[in-house]
Order: sequence, then C-alpha cells, then structure tokens
Amino acid sequence: MIEFMLNGKKMTTSVSGDTPLLWVIRDEFKLTGTKFGCGIAMCGACTVHLNDQAVRSCVLPVSAVAGSQIRTIEGLENKHPLQKAWVDEQVPQCGYCQSGQIMQGATLLSQNPNPSEEDIVNHMSGNLCRCMAYKRIKSAIKAAASTSAGTVEIYDPQAEIAKEIS
Amino acid sequence: MLTLKNHQKDQYKDEIDLTKRRFMIGTVGTSMLMAFGGAASLVGNASASEQLVNKSFQPNIWIEMNTEGEVLINITKAEMGQHIGTALARIVSDELGADWSYVRIRHVDTDPKWGFMVTGGSWSVFQSFKPLSQAGAAGRISLIDAGAKLLGVSAESCDTGNSYVISGSKSISFAEIIQRGKFDKILTPEEMAKLPLKPVKKLKLVGRKSQALDIPAKTNGTAKYGIDVELPDMVYARPVIPPTRYGSKVKKVDDKAAKSIDGYLGYEVITDPSETLQGWVVVLAKSYPVAMKAVQTIKVSYDKGPTANVSENDIQQEGTRLVDDKSQGFFFIDDGDVSSANSKAKSTISATYKTASAIHFPLEPLNATAEFVDGVCHVHTGNQWQSLTLPAISKALGLPAENVVMHQYYLGGGFGRRLFGDYAVPAALVAKKIGKPVKLIFTREDDSLFSQPRSPSVQRFDAAFGDSNELLAVEHALTAGWPTLAMAPGFMPESVDKKGRVDPFSSSGADHWYSIENQQVRLINNDLAQRTFLPGWLRSVGPGWIGWGVESFIDEIAIHRNQDPLDFRLALLDGKGKNSGGAQRLAHTLTLAKQASNWQQDLGSDEGMGVAVCGGQERTMPTWVTCVAKVHVNRDSGEVSLKKLTLVVDCGLVVHPDGALAQLEGSALWGASLALHEGNVFKDGQISKTNLNTYTPLRMNQLPELDIQFVKSEEQPVGLGEPGVIAVGPAIANAIYNAVGVRVRDLPIKSADIKGQLIS
Repeated sequence: MIEFMLNGKKMTTSVSGDTPLLWVIRDEFKLTGTKFGCGIAMCGACTVHLNDQAVRSCVLPVSAVAGSQIRTIEGLENKHPLQKAWVDEQVPQCGYCQSGQIMQGATLLSQNPNPSEEDIVNHMSGNLCRCMAYKRIKSAIKAAASTSAGTVEIYDPQAEIAKEIS
Repeated sequence: MLTLKNHQKDQYKDEIDLTKRRFMIGTVGTSMLMAFGGAASLVGNASASEQLVNKSFQPNIWIEMNTEGEVLINITKAEMGQHIGTALARIVSDELGADWSYVRIRHVDTDPKWGFMVTGGSWSVFQSFKPLSQAGAAGRISLIDAGAKLLGVSAESCDTGNSYVISGSKSISFAEIIQRGKFDKILTPEEMAKLPLKPVKKLKLVGRKSQALDIPAKTNGTAKYGIDVELPDMVYARPVIPPTRYGSKVKKVDDKAAKSIDGYLGYEVITDPSETLQGWVVVLAKSYPVAMKAVQTIKVSYDKGPTANVSENDIQQEGTRLVDDKSQGFFFIDDGDVSSANSKAKSTISATYKTASAIHFPLEPLNATAEFVDGVCHVHTGNQWQSLTLPAISKALGLPAENVVMHQYYLGGGFGRRLFGDYAVPAALVAKKIGKPVKLIFTREDDSLFSQPRSPSVQRFDAAFGDSNELLAVEHALTAGWPTLAMAPGFMPESVDKKGRVDPFSSSGADHWYSIENQQVRLINNDLAQRTFLPGWLRSVGPGWIGWGVESFIDEIAIHRNQDPLDFRLALLDGKGKNSGGAQRLAHTLTLAKQASNWQQDLGSDEGMGVAVCGGQERTMPTWVTCVAKVHVNRDSGEVSLKKLTLVVDCGLVVHPDGALAQLEGSALWGASLALHEGNVFKDGQISKTNLNTYTPLRMNQLPELDIQFVKSEEQPVGLGEPGVIAVGPAIANAIYNAVGVRVRDLPIKSADIKGQLIS
C-alpha cells in the first residue's frame, strides 16, 4: 500500500510500486486532466507538482511519492491566475498539452514574481506544444505575472481548510 | 429575464444529454425543432409538430432551440484545435439573430443523417459558410413568421437580433415565440439554398472578436479526449506493432515472461478482413501500465513483409529514377508547347528537390475504446474522417455499417493523422473477440511506428531561357507515395492526358498562379513508398512538399535572370488567362509583405531574407499567403537561426479572427518546424525516429518573431488551417541563399549540408 496526498486528499493505492504515477492519477483516481504524451519525460503533458516542484508523472514510480504532496491541474481548482490568463490570451488549440504547460508555468511564477522573457523560455522549453501555441503561452505567463507584484501562490486546499478551522 | 412555466421546467428535468445541459429536442407542442432539408418530409404541409416526430434533417445542418431560447448547434466537424465549432456556430447564429450567450454546440456522433463527415483539407469554413448561413437565415424566417403573428405585425416589418424578433418598437423573444408560437413556415431545402446571405456590414458575430467555446475546458483538465474515455469493465490493450505495415504474418508468440506480471490478461492475434492490420498482436491487461510492461516482455516472431529492408534512401533513389525518366507518370498540366520552346533555349537550369518523410506526432497518442451493445459496435475516439473510417471498421468486423457508431471527442492533435482512423480497428476487433469493452492505447513509439507519414518526395525542375534570358518553359516532375491512392482512390481524377488517375492531394500546388506560357507537370506515384508504408495526409498535404520545390525553383529562375525574387514573382503574377483574379490577390499579399518585412533592409552580416508564396490547398479553394523569412547562418557550423517570419494572408472574410490568427501562428511554426527541426528516416521498413529523443519538433526556445497580417476582405472565406505551413520552408531556404549563397534543396534543412556547401 502506498499513501500520498493528492490535491489535499489522502489517497491509498495498492498498485505495483513501479507503476508510473500518471496512470494511478488518471485510471485509479480518475483525474484525467493530466495527460500521457511521450512516456519518456520529454513532452511535459504529464506534468504535476510533487511537493510544489514540477515533475513528469509518466516516469515517476508511484512508490517515489509515498508520503508526498501531489497536485494536478484539477488541484488548481480554476483559481490559479494562469488559468484565467490562458483563457484571456486564448492559448489552447487542441489543448492536450495545456494542463502540463499550466502546471509547469505555475512553478515558475511561484518562485519568480517577475520572470524575464529568458526565464520563461528556459522554464518552459521542456514542454512541447504540437500545435505550437508558444507565442500565446509566453504572453499568458507574462500577463499572469503582471497581475501580481509578488510570487503567485498556488492555491492550497489544505491551507484553506486550516484557515477555516482557525 | 427568461422565465419558465413550472410544467415546462418539469418537462426538461429528465432530459439530459451528453453535455448535461437541457438541449434535448423538447416535447412536441412546447418546443420547436427547426428541421432543415431532408427533402421528403419537408415538402408539403407537414406541421412543426409532425416534423418533430419525423426528425428529418438536411445532412449538414441541425439547429435545435428550446423554450428557454437556448440554441444548440450541432457540429459535424472534429475539434482539433481550430475552434471550428465556435466559427461555425457564429455563422449560424449571425443569420439567425441569436444572442451568442444562448448558443451552445455539440459534436455529434456518426448518425447517417449528418451525411458525409470529414474534417480536413482546410475545407470546413469554406464549405460550410454558405449552407450554414442559409440554415441560420431559414431559422430566422420561421421565427419571424411566427413572431410577427404574435406581435400582430407583418413579417416584412420584422428583423431579428439578440434572440428577439423586432418590429419597430415591438419585440418578442425567441423563447416566447417558441413557447407560444405556431411554426407554419419552414423552408424546403430548395428554398433554403436560394436564400441570400446577409451583407457583411450587417454581421454582428462573424468577423468580430470572440472567445472560443472549447478553451475554458482546456485550461482546467475537464476537456474530454478519446484517451479519457472509460467504460465499465473495460480491458486495457496495447498493440505489438509488426515489422512492416503490410504483409507481415505472426509465426509465434512467446508470452512466458508476461505471465508473471500481475494484471496481465493474455494476447490476441488479430485477423482483420479489412486488411488494415496485417500481422498484429494485441496484448491485454487490467491496467494500461501493465499492458505496456507486458508488451516489452513478449516475443513475437514474424514472417516479415516484403518491405522489411527498405530505407529512406531506397525510396528517394527510386524517386530520383522516376523523375529523371520522362516516360514515367501522367501529365497534370500541359500548357503551351514545351518541346518547341525548349528547342529555342539559349540557356537552361535544372534542379532536384527532396523532402524526407515527416510524421504528424499528435501529442495525444492514437487510441480508441470500443464496446458492443445489442450487436452494435460503439467506437469512442477522436476522428477527422468518420465517413472513411466507419466503413473500414464495419468491414473489419463483418458488420453492416449501420451496426457501427463512432462517438466524437476532442482530438489531442489531428494534423491529418486522425483522418483515416485505422487505429480504431484493433479496439473494435478485440472488443468483438473477447466480448468486453476494450480501451486500446498506442504508446508514443507505437504511434510513430504505425504512423501515416508524409511520403518522402522528389521533384525535378527544368527551365529554359531565351535570347534575352526570358523564361521560355518549365518542366516539373514530381513523385511521392500517394495518400489518396492508398486510402480513398475514388477521389482520384483522371490526368489531363487521360492515361491514368492522379492523386489531387499529391499534385495540388504544382498548379500555381504564375503565368508560364509553356509548362508541363508530370506526376508519378512512387511505388516503393506506396508498398512500404501508408502515405498520410499531413497538414498542408501536397502543397506542403510541392511548394518546397516550386517556390525554391522560382527563386533559382529569378537569380538566373539577375532579378529580385520578389519583383520577379510580382511580374509572373500578371493574372492573365486562367490566373485571372487569383494571381492579383496573391500579388497583393506580396506587395504588402514587401512593406511589412522591410524587404532586404536592415540585414546584418550573414543574415538574409527570403520570400515564398502559396495559393493554399487547392486552386478551387485558394488562400493567398506570402511569407518572408529572415535568417542568420553561422558560417562555421552551418546552423540556421530563424529570426522572423512575416506572413500576409488573404483568406477572404475572417470569420473568427482570433482563431484565424491562432491557426496562422501554429501553421507558420509548423512550417518552420518541418523545415528546420523535423524530418524522419525510414530504416528497415519502418520509421526510425519514434519519440522526442530523436524526433524534435520546434520548442519555445526556437520560436522566431512572428508578424502576421490579414488582408481586409469581404470575399467568401476560405481555408486557413494549413496554408500557413506551405510558404515557410522555401522562404527559409531562399533566405539562406540570400544570406550566404548556399542553395538548399533537401528538406529538412541540415546544418551539415550548408556547412558542406560553404566549404566547397
């Protein structure tokens, strides 16, 4: 049995420990916003957050996340400024890579309140967009960064719960 | 605003469709269904109520409205990133006079009532604009007729807007009309086809800024793609791709090692009467990761098909042989008198251009989920050409077509790979065999090995020049594997010399808009390519590789004549004879691009600008594009940096401006990616670059500056998904020539090739 936190909820799985996290999230826990693209960590469609860091879930054995915090696109709960910026800038075309792009972008804004063009390119070039909506991905990240003076905190359901309790 | 009577609310309560919205047809008497077409039932005096019962529709159109005034527009086109549902719904809604906030869309399944279903060729808006406008107009006429009676005014005094019928100071909402009205006036298809379109200045949705309806779901993980389908009790499957596309036979399967994997359920050797799958084994498991793992441990031995040793080089050598042999192939164009013109030649030039195989690489790997319910096979998958795919599934299953239904989802990239849905056949066959729903997913490598690549191609050009270096004649021979021959031979027209049939999707683009008095275009099918793989329609299709030759060679001709390549093109686009009209519009984009790009100005050392044009996917549906590329070439490494792409596009009236711009941005970068970063290699009968460690489409750090401009136009809208690809490659090659004097004739452009030419 492997236990980990998924979008603030404790989850337990009995799959073989070498099973990539991606399939546990998608097929066992039914969060299908995270996508299968290349299977070798080179396209970024499967990007999720492991303890607030962007990781590729298609190659990450579920045993490696035991006791950790995992956040998927669903965990942003439509509250992340990048999600609004993605709509404002009309970024997605086929949309298949966009969960991964947003999850990757979110870790840039959580560390860097005002990323330069170069910062964005360096942070995002591991994420393939086959429709090549790169120009808009860039502009949406810039737009989201400009809406906030500080770093963009990622919505944390647990923190919210803690706040409500206190 | 809109109020519902209680009993009406109750009637809606139990009507839930796929979108969980209340858009069901409604009950007879309280709701109206606008039925368009379906000649039989609409002729005569059938009442609206009877039509509701009869449900007879014109194949390509279906509007549904309910008593809340909501408008549901059925979309038969696949959504693969082009926001087509939004564009088509805005066309209908504009004529209808609907409030956009009440409009929803539904991507429909393969009910025969929709008629021929295909999304490709950049045809959607071009083909749908008029009939969908007329469908909306017919709806408006019906609403006005019923609304005028309720208002006590004449129909002639009414118009529609914001979902109201309006006559002077009086108005009534669509919702109220549908609740209270009587719909006596419903147009026949013949009447509908005669309806005039609204003048462009009266359009309120078309051509205005709007947000695409599919985008919000694509930012929060809720958009549902084929790969997200889940059915109760389904089994997961992964294929074992055989060593050749055709002719391989399974000799023996050894799954000893797989048996120790928890969740492994065995394998099936596929027998496929449609011959789509040859030599296939499908591995089954309780989860997909187990299926992936199991395939790695299973040993399948084959009698390999006859093309198991074919290489990219073999195909290209055969192509070169074919274009050099003038007895090969059929004429596609035979204008003037080439041989007599050639006999007057004072000088000649010739050149051979090649393109390597290229694959679609849609980011959502191929997949399909199939199940049988009461003898009907339901296939859940994203697909672009249901009318081609469904018959193949039906043949494979040995079931009549009416026993197969395909359900549509968002496509995680189409680009032509999801036209012929060969990938749905194994899911259907295995579901039939094991009697359970099957979800079959290709890994990325499986997807590449089972791809329908853009064929390797070879083109040869010969130009003859006269006394004063005037262009006398051009001969153009071109060869590739032909997708239409492989997948839809019925679509192949006869050649101009009546000697055989030719693939229009492997010839379009050779019929350019330049006036060349004596011109021959000879088409040859590359039989070795045809036998080795299934040639695919890849975004921009024929013009995508043919334009590489045509637009590079036009530059070579200009250079031979010591003329500026842009000015030379303008001179050739004189609009004489068959080129009347189109050539002038193309020339207009050239002139605008000359200004926009600051043509040949502000260039640093080893920088160059190149130009290329294209007339879109087909002469009968031209989109006019000029592309100017600005590059820098590193003389030591031969490496090309693409600095900027300037595109000027005339696509007629732009229906969904932001979507149109997005298509242009994406397609221009596709052109850059195919030119500089892609290109595959056949090795031992198969594609050898199967994943991102070797196949390397353009990434954000390779993004050039983009300047894209549309010509303001009220002409009929034409296709936009693909034409932006075509001119980019040759514009880059022409820019490289202008930067460092090296002529590149092979696509993709390789730094080693440039470096080699610079040294010699």
